[in-house]
Amino acid sequence: MAGLGSECSRRLAGCVSLLLLVFVAVIVSASPDAATGANETLRHPSGHSLDDSHDHPRNSSEHRKAFPVLAFNYEHVSKPFVISLWILLALLMKLGFHIIPRVSHIVPESCLLIFVGLLVGGVIKAMDQTPPVLDTKLFFLYLLPPIILDAGYFLPIRPFTENMGTILVFAVVGTLWNAFFIGGMMFAVCQIEAARVGHVDLLSCLLFGSIISAVDPVAVLAVFEEIHINELLHILVFGESLLNDAVTVVLYHLFEEFAHEGTVTVGDALLGVVSFFVVSVGGVMVGVIYGVLGAFTSRFTSHSRVIEPLFVFLYSYMAYLSAEVFHLSGIMSLIACGVIMRPYVEANISHKSYTTIKYFLKMWSSVSETLIFIFLGVSTVEGPHNWNWIFVIFTLILCLLSRVLGVVGLTFIINKFRIIKLTKKDQFIVAYGGLRGAIAFSLGFLLTDTEKKDMFLTAIITVIFFTVFVQGMTIRPLVELLAVKKKKESKASINEEIHTQVSRFCLLFSHSFIDGNTQILSLYRINQWLNRFNRTYVKKWLIAGDRSSEPQLISFYNKMEMKEAMMLVESGSAAKLPSLASAASLQNAQQRAPPKQRAIPSISKTREQEIRKILRANLQKTRQRLRSYSRHDLFSDPFEDSMSEIRFRKQRVQMERRVGSYTDFNYQDGKRFFVSFLPLFLIQMLYFSDVLKIILTGSFNSESPRDGAALETLPDTVSLLSESPQRPGQSSRLRKRGDAEQSANAPDSQEEPQKLSRCFSDPGPKEEEEEGEG
Amino acid sequence: MGSLQSSPSHQDYVDLAEKTGFSFEQISILHKRFKQLSHNEDKLRREHFGQITDLHANPIREQIVEAFFDRRNFYQEIEEPVSEISFENFLVVMSNFRPPSDNMSQEKLVKVRKEKLRFLFNMHDTDKDGTITLEEYRHVVEELLSYYEALETETARGIADAAMLEVASITRGHMEPDEFYEGITFEHFLKLLEGFDIESRMNIRFMNMDTTTLCKLECRNKVCSE
Repeated sequence: MAGLGSECSRRLAGCVSLLLLVFVAVIVSASPDAATGANETLRHPSGHSLDDSHDHPRNSSEHRKAFPVLAFNYEHVSKPFVISLWILLALLMKLGFHIIPRVSHIVPESCLLIFVGLLVGGVIKAMDQTPPVLDTKLFFLYLLPPIILDAGYFLPIRPFTENMGTILVFAVVGTLWNAFFIGGMMFAVCQIEAARVGHVDLLSCLLFGSIISAVDPVAVLAVFEEIHINELLHILVFGESLLNDAVTVVLYHLFEEFAHEGTVTVGDALLGVVSFFVVSVGGVMVGVIYGVLGAFTSRFTSHSRVIEPLFVFLYSYMAYLSAEVFHLSGIMSLIACGVIMRPYVEANISHKSYTTIKYFLKMWSSVSETLIFIFLGVSTVEGPHNWNWIFVIFTLILCLLSRVLGVVGLTFIINKFRIIKLTKKDQFIVAYGGLRGAIAFSLGFLLTDTEKKDMFLTAIITVIFFTVFVQGMTIRPLVELLAVKKKKESKASINEEIHTQVSRFCLLFSHSFIDGNTQILSLYRINQWLNRFNRTYVKKWLIAGDRSSEPQLISFYNKMEMKEAMMLVESGSAAKLPSLASAASLQNAQQRAPPKQRAIPSISKTREQEIRKILRANLQKTRQRLRSYSRHDLFSDPFEDSMSEIRFRKQRVQMERRVGSYTDFNYQDGKRFFVSFLPLFLIQMLYFSDVLKIILTGSFNSESPRDGAALETLPDTVSLLSESPQRPGQSSRLRKRGDAEQSANAPDSQEEPQKLSRCFSDPGPKEEEEEGEG
Repeated sequence: MGSLQSSPSHQDYVDLAEKTGFSFEQISILHKRFKQLSHNEDKLRREHFGQITDLHANPIREQIVEAFFDRRNFYQEIEEPVSEISFENFLVVMSNFRPPSDNMSQEKLVKVRKEKLRFLFNMHDTDKDGTITLEEYRHVVEELLSYYEALETETARGIADAAMLEVASITRGHMEPDEFYEGITFEHFLKLLEGFDIESRMNIRFMNMDTTTLCKLECRNKVCSE
């Protein structure tokens, strides 16, 4: 009962808050008029803060006014104020939807936002104000780029390139088919007497067809994100929506030009084809240039990590704008820039910058998307509309029909060339997922011929609404119904990565076997050549320092470790530390006994489980801390240093409290260096390797005597923790000395080389590389 | 022997096609290649593989070449390795790389996938005891990484260790403290690479071959035999 009550009250609160917000937004957007009016009246009587300068002499000559303690000057901030308020409203709406749980399950967010936009628009209109419309410039220059950049930067490259042929066929041929089919059929429809639209000529219809035919990336993203279908379908529909921009741009400009002329010659058509190639390839080239520039810049940002994300954003935005200058495809340019830049930038920038980029992109694209849908709703209410039943209905039917026909027909052809064929279910989802969205609306808005424009706009809006509402809402139950494969939750697996490499080399072998010593030009060879080019030249230019020659397996491994470490740290596994000491004491006691075949039997099972868990956890943590040290100790990032230091100190204190008894040994200076900046790391390495041996081979002194003696050194290293840590800034210098001294000390003590060799069995290669160069 | 080494009859090809799943053109291409490598002899030996210059850059060439001479890949039970293989054996091994044909049923696809994974498994399991131990896996990673210069063995060991840990956690989940993980068996291997898209990564496309290339091979064949 209490649960129900709270749910109801939450829902009520949500509804009330939504309504309140709607009213606030309406009032504020209507208020600029009121505010300016108020300002006029206010300005007369008293000296205004704004007009102080020239009012003052006048006032002083007449009579002294009281100094205005409180003044109302809305005009000054009206523009940013309204913008901020709209954005705030949009985001609060987004929040609000999740308070009403049942609705957000059934209805995709995009629908809800359009609905809210409708409401707001309706209220504003009822108050006889002019609501802000989805201005084309606003849309194409400010709202669209973040979404596309977000999509392009995080585009899954492998499925994208694997299915590139399919995607291109759908994007180019499919869109062309759609445009001409819809345009042509609509022209036929317009000839029907009853429609009373006989004045619409063929070219206008084709123009209309080209606007409405393109699948919209924003809408696709918005809907597909929530249904989690498998990667293949997602990348097909999404990739198509991205790449059809070039076709749309060309067709739109072509038909718009000639809609004024009235006729199209063959020469013009040919020029159109040429233009298509120029637009698409040119767009990609622009993107590549900016991408390379961005990657190159990121090579030198090691001293100013804070502005790294900005480079990524700005270069990408410049790529988009530059492409738009020449009427090239801005979307393709943006995608190309993101795709090219990403691998090199990620190798260069710090982890924090990477996180920043990720979250900023997601944030901006989220805001953009929200605003787009709300404005779409508002603009719908605004009109102007010219509702023509036949035109609209036929448009809708033809859109669906052409999409289905196009997908089925193209798949039939494509499947001949695909290894993994597209099934009927796949085709259905691809066809059903062809949503239209705000791009179509904006393009329609750009039309200049007002008479047809209204009719076209109405039809476009209807199609958009239909696809977003009906198709968007029903796609999720349909996916469930058809049991379409969902996205597998794939964890980064080092084994898969290893076997990717293995199978790659197997494939290489078989290819070289079959091709013999001939150089057969094929996609495979091109791919190989590109890889080699990338490895030998591009990486050296665009990636800073040692990482340019890092094998992919190792960088993958590092990334994976980093991720795990982050997760562990965030989940706060420091608490698992406690039992380490008791385990250590038990192990120490056991060391005298001859090493047995199995693991140390007298440690209780639970203890050893805990050890294992803790070791793994702490291993990751120390490695993560190591990252902070190794990447930033030379280029000191004070914040990161102090944070790591705090964490480190806390852990050290905890360890000290537990293992305080092991302070009775003598160690040489050589050890101190490793102690100074790798204390926990050392102990973890020892534990890790030995426990790993326990786990994996079951024998404790397998190959060499030093393995067996490793346990003996355990208590020594445990107590090394009581050493005070050096400042990270000094650690580099110390490390250098440590390297020199380590080799000197090697012959001195028996334990020394064992321990040193132990600590080198480190699965963190980055650290080793730096030690090598240090 | 020269040209008396007549091309196998259509009937032989039919048998082979059925057994391995290659098409006739593919088999004839492979046969030409086989003859070319073996200098028109019946059997192929290890040293013949050395003629392929591209192979020298391949870090796991030894293991792959060994795989060709591994009886397990011929589906035979005898343990000791062979020193030379016939065309049929060769074809059976190469069938691991075959592209999936158009009309494969679901079970056939699963079977093909399993065969490919079996091939990989056999390649790693050098002592043929049915499990991939830590040492064998380490060896694999070292070979892989030897492709890149300036590598330390400890890195490879570290990666192999982490990989084994992952296998242990996937297949055994929670392990009792006095258990130890002997090695990766084939079932574990299958489970490990469940999500691994081996079908698209390990198949050769015969589409590369066109008539000009075949001519080149033919000519070279003739040149070699003379």
